Amino acid sequence: MKIHEFQAKGILRRFGAAVPQGKVIDDPAQAGPICEDFGGRCVVKAQIHAGGRGKGGGVKVASSPSEAERLAGEILGMQLVTHQTGPEGQKVRQVLIEEALEIDRELYLGVTLDRAAERPLLMASRAGGMDIEEVAQSDPDAILRELIDPLLGVLPFQCRRIASGLGFEGGTARQIQSIVSSVVAAYLETDASLVEINPLMVDSKGDVHALDAKMNFDDNALFRRRDIAELRDVHEENPLEVEASEHGISYIKLDGSIGCMVNGAGLAMATMDIIKLYGAEPANFLDVGGSASQEAVASAFRIILSDPAVKAVLINIFGGIARTDRIARGVVAAIDELAAEGTPVEVPVVVRLEGTNVEEGREVLERADFDFLVADGMATAAERAVEALGG
Amino acid sequence: MSILVGESTRLIVQGITGREGLFHAMGCREYGTEVVGGVTPGKGGSTVEGFPVWDSVERARRVSGCNATLIFVPPPFAADAIMEAADAGVELIVCITEGIPVQDMVRVKAFLRGRDSRLLGPNCPGLISPGQAKVGIMPGHIHAPGNVGVISRSGTLTYEAVWQLTKEGLGQTTCVGIGGDPVNGTSFIDVLALFAGDDATEAVVLIGEIGGTAEEEAAAWIGEHLDIPVVGFIAGATAPPGRRMGHAGAIVAGGKGAAAEKKAALSAAGVLVVDSPAEMGARLSEALR
Repeated sequence: MKIHEFQAKGILRRFGAAVPQGKVIDDPAQAGPICEDFGGRCVVKAQIHAGGRGKGGGVKVASSPSEAERLAGEILGMQLVTHQTGPEGQKVRQVLIEEALEIDRELYLGVTLDRAAERPLLMASRAGGMDIEEVAQSDPDAILRELIDPLLGVLPFQCRRIASGLGFEGGTARQIQSIVSSVVAAYLETDASLVEINPLMVDSKGDVHALDAKMNFDDNALFRRRDIAELRDVHEENPLEVEASEHGISYIKLDGSIGCMVNGAGLAMATMDIIKLYGAEPANFLDVGGSASQEAVASAFRIILSDPAVKAVLINIFGGIARTDRIARGVVAAIDELAAEGTPVEVPVVVRLEGTNVEEGREVLERADFDFLVADGMATAAERAVEALGG
Repeated sequence: MSILVGESTRLIVQGITGREGLFHAMGCREYGTEVVGGVTPGKGGSTVEGFPVWDSVERARRVSGCNATLIFVPPPFAADAIMEAADAGVELIVCITEGIPVQDMVRVKAFLRGRDSRLLGPNCPGLISPGQAKVGIMPGHIHAPGNVGVISRSGTLTYEAVWQLTKEGLGQTTCVGIGGDPVNGTSFIDVLALFAGDDATEAVVLIGEIGGTAEEEAAAWIGEHLDIPVVGFIAGATAPPGRRMGHAGAIVAGGKGAAAEKKAALSAAGVLVVDSPAEMGARLSEALR
């Protein structure tokens, strides 16, 4: 799960990190008085989940309260396009008004999981404001790395090593040690999957501030992080994906025209891949779950078909413990249900069933009122779905 | 022969009084696995469907002499169940549970260091040595005894591969699902090394997916150590970067984990990589001819 910058900064502040003063608003008129409080200068920052906001025109400096109001008015409500939003952009619903600070140096600080080491990895670099992945490519030695012991957390000598590795001593080094410790604690104690301060800023007086902040969280841990779960902003997510998650279905909207319904994540990805191999594009990733119950199948159909780009549906089910004939009945019942609701399925539906009781399953499909295109292997299924697009 | 599970497997099920746990305990028993009982804290002393239930893994092991456990405990308690089994010295721990927090698994891995237990999973279908023992949730009847080893991060995609093999007349020594989570117990390399030491395994099918670098590491190992045919498939060539494709571990992130790099690494190591998931069985059949 992703959250907004102002929310991440709120969490980091709780863990003792030095964060600039700021307030989040949704009405431009509020910007002026806040700017006034910050001494008549401030930064206006669009709050959307996507990165690259500055380049997209979503971050501006105001040198007077009236300018702050004008900029807030411009940014609020705009469709902000960045390299992460797609061409349609993301609507800005909130802006963060923050005190403007004198930047002397910009650094990078982040914590994420090192999958190969199976431990959290702390990374720091002098190349602040740059994409860490670019730094890793162009100059890997410029990144300082510390693996974190999951049972001990970050150790004081590791914090000192980061501060001196970044080239600091004295009071600034102590502030860096402190923020490193805060960032790791925040990562561990909120079940984060990523904490990133980019840039971590040192001002002209040598004081350290988290100028930007990003936190992502492990969805599987939200059950024990209720306060974090409440920070979810569904405006930032695809509405179909939100609806799918409410039904326990894993759905990701893509740009193609063949809607996919598959049981199991690996098979679902493989189905997308084979559609592409046969010359078309998948409209979505969709895992109905291992058991592919009738309810799940019906919800999946509704979600797939509410994407207007879908011109054909490919159902690929490998019945394991769940018997294929029961899944076939689920598919037929879902189609009947949709017809009864006045939203009949009007696109070609290719079905490939395999596994337990497959003969009975195919019989169920043949007896149904709906004309399924039945295929007996993944390759044939993909081929028929692509053909169906043309017809 | 086979690896990890076989005729000598004595299995318990943790979470045996739950719906899933009981269903699959019966499924494993039906397949011929020796299922000696199960564990549910607070329900010790009772019996379900002929299975004795104990309060703790320690007690279960002392009484039954179990050497393997299959875990169906819900995500909030699954890490504890794994560590309890390791503390009791159970040799093979297979965790089916999907949705365990990553940081729990990081701590589990730290706990397992220096202990003798092997963890398979979590978020996996388990493993099966056809004709001998099934320790998992896969449909037994699609498998056949034979000489192909199968390793995969996926569930139903593994069934797909196995079914293709069986239809080609290629039976399996053992089929191992290592799971779709970013931090898991047993790696591709661990299983490949076991297959390399198993005389009966004459070929391997390896099914990877996007995310992480486990396939690249496996490729390097194969290049140096394995001289039997390996067919490989990587799921997720069409997945958009930055999105998690169902499995917690299936995400192209930080410029790492894309299908193309994994395929290239495997090909360079001599693995017969197929682009179509429909051709895994046929490709291996061809290689063995």
